[in-house]
Amino acid sequence: MIPSFIVENSPALMVIVPLVAAFITPFIGRISSGIRSLWVGGAMAVTSAITLILAFDVYSAGTRLYVFGARAASAAIPPDSGGIPIRIIFEVDPMSALMLVITAVSGFAIVLYSLSSERSHTGLESYYTLYLLMITGILGMVSTGDIFNFFVFLEILSLASAGLIAYRIDGGVAVEAALKYFVLSTIGALAILVAIGIYYGEYNALNMAMIAARMQFSLLDQVALVLIIAALAMKCGAVPMHFWTPDAYSMAPSSITALLVVASQASLYGLFRTVFSLYNVTLNAVTVGWLIIILGVLSMVVGVTMAIPQKNVKRLMAYHAVSQTGYMLLGVGVGLAVLGNQSLLDAFGYMAMEGGIFHIINHAMYKGLLFLTAGAIFLRIGTYNLNRMGGLGHSMKWTMVFFVIGALAIAGIPPFNGFASKLMIYESVFVFNPLLAVIAMVVSILTLASFVKVFHSIFMGPKLPEFADVKEAPMPMLLGMGILALVVVLFGLFPGIVVESLITPAAHALVDQGAYISAVLGGA
Amino acid sequence: MPWWTRARISARSSEVHETMDLTSTLLTGAGSWNPLPWVLGMVVAAIIAWLIYSMGEKGYKAGTAQAEPFISGNPEPEKGMVHVRAGNLYWGYLEALKGYYDRLVPLHTGDLHDYVLWYLGITALFLVLVVISA
Repeated sequence: MIPSFIVENSPALMVIVPLVAAFITPFIGRISSGIRSLWVGGAMAVTSAITLILAFDVYSAGTRLYVFGARAASAAIPPDSGGIPIRIIFEVDPMSALMLVITAVSGFAIVLYSLSSERSHTGLESYYTLYLLMITGILGMVSTGDIFNFFVFLEILSLASAGLIAYRIDGGVAVEAALKYFVLSTIGALAILVAIGIYYGEYNALNMAMIAARMQFSLLDQVALVLIIAALAMKCGAVPMHFWTPDAYSMAPSSITALLVVASQASLYGLFRTVFSLYNVTLNAVTVGWLIIILGVLSMVVGVTMAIPQKNVKRLMAYHAVSQTGYMLLGVGVGLAVLGNQSLLDAFGYMAMEGGIFHIINHAMYKGLLFLTAGAIFLRIGTYNLNRMGGLGHSMKWTMVFFVIGALAIAGIPPFNGFASKLMIYESVFVFNPLLAVIAMVVSILTLASFVKVFHSIFMGPKLPEFADVKEAPMPMLLGMGILALVVVLFGLFPGIVVESLITPAAHALVDQGAYISAVLGGA
Repeated sequence: MPWWTRARISARSSEVHETMDLTSTLLTGAGSWNPLPWVLGMVVAAIIAWLIYSMGEKGYKAGTAQAEPFISGNPEPEKGMVHVRAGNLYWGYLEALKGYYDRLVPLHTGDLHDYVLWYLGITALFLVLVVISA
């Protein structure tokens, strides 16, 4: 059995373990690279295990509150604080738990992959330190119930991500991509900090449940809302603020690109948490909902059409990541647009949100998988240029199988997981506005066309003389890809149980602002 | 078979059916989706394909002249020349949408100043729309 100490303190442990492990990693690396690999793999395994334990606990027993500096969650509001929860509080509801599952599975699969893919590179102390800091940042962002704490974890994530995007240097090009990401992230973070200042000035609180309970949607609140929405939409790569995405995604090592996908979705989580849990029905849901829908549609269309002419496989996949983010924005945006109308929410709003949220976890799995296959190919042939590839299906059969699984999933081909979430989005969005559903379907067709091109260019054709000696990717990399591929297949074959147990509770937790507030202010 | 055995089998099959529904059937609001019949269909198609394949030419030997392409008596080009590269795919699509791409691609300048301007511009636009509609 799992010791109760671990279950009770899992919200703190899941952040502390990777954080402490990150700063010890450089010292461990001085002993030997083998011990460092064991250390990093072990730290990530423990982090993932604790995270999954917490997620399971939340899904089975309800929202978990963890108050730092207090013995019990009931001490969320100290008696001498004037009724304000002044301590840092982690509030993990099913929506947060879903993000925890994504991070735990992806983080573990990617670290397994990295142990092999990065073996020949120098500077691995920094690589793994920053990797674990990224994990810390993501887990903190999706768990915290304190908006300033959210900002802190966002900054940890952004700094670590920028370092890892620049990791390969690559004649300065990777550094340039990191610089672009870093500047935009800093400006976005500043905007969020201003918004936090507005909340603190208005409501004398940093706890999100407290701010939500006092929300007036004044002019200042409107300014704060826009600052947060724009910053987090930019961070998740929504068009027309997506320009950093292909630069950063293509220049980072593939393992890091896969984790950047999860990081982008943590920003998406922050956006959804803000509009639903902080503001909810106080905001003009139709306007803000439509703004998110428009961002979604632009992301879908521009992302996929920019992907098709790309010659660099990772830039192509990066544009597809932008396009897929559009589906999530579309689904959840439709849910937001009808938030004030319970009958419409019940008729199709929840379903659209569930489709969008289901697509978050599906996208993290198949897009992560696709980036890992691109990394495996790069490891063997040393290029991302599609014009120089061909015939690799003869020598990299497992990589090809994993690529096909990821490609069919992203294109929404049954029976893979992408189809299930897209079907939910198509059908519910069609009731809201048929044109939006048609656009979403056309984008899926273009996605399929794009990946047919990639599949043909990389794997089909005769075995080329220059790749005569190419071998399959090493076993740890195949294992990492295999974990994600397995999730893609299982989620596609059993979508009912996934939606029932993971997605529906997450969507309802997001919409139910009262429960989010009462978990803290009610001392649950 | 006694009636109570039939009843138990019936109850059991109902449980199995419910379990399958729970695990596989996705309710989408307007309809439902169950991937298991799809998978079953693919398995049947694969078996049929294998049966057809197994009835093929038995005298085929890989790696002999049989496996070489016949190009009207002309010599086979180098392997690298045979493969259609990514740059040659979807030429027609890109030509048909030239006007669209001529406008879209130049927006992706790679210049950080432009990235920041787009971000600030969208923030300003959203601010106006949200404040006006409030």
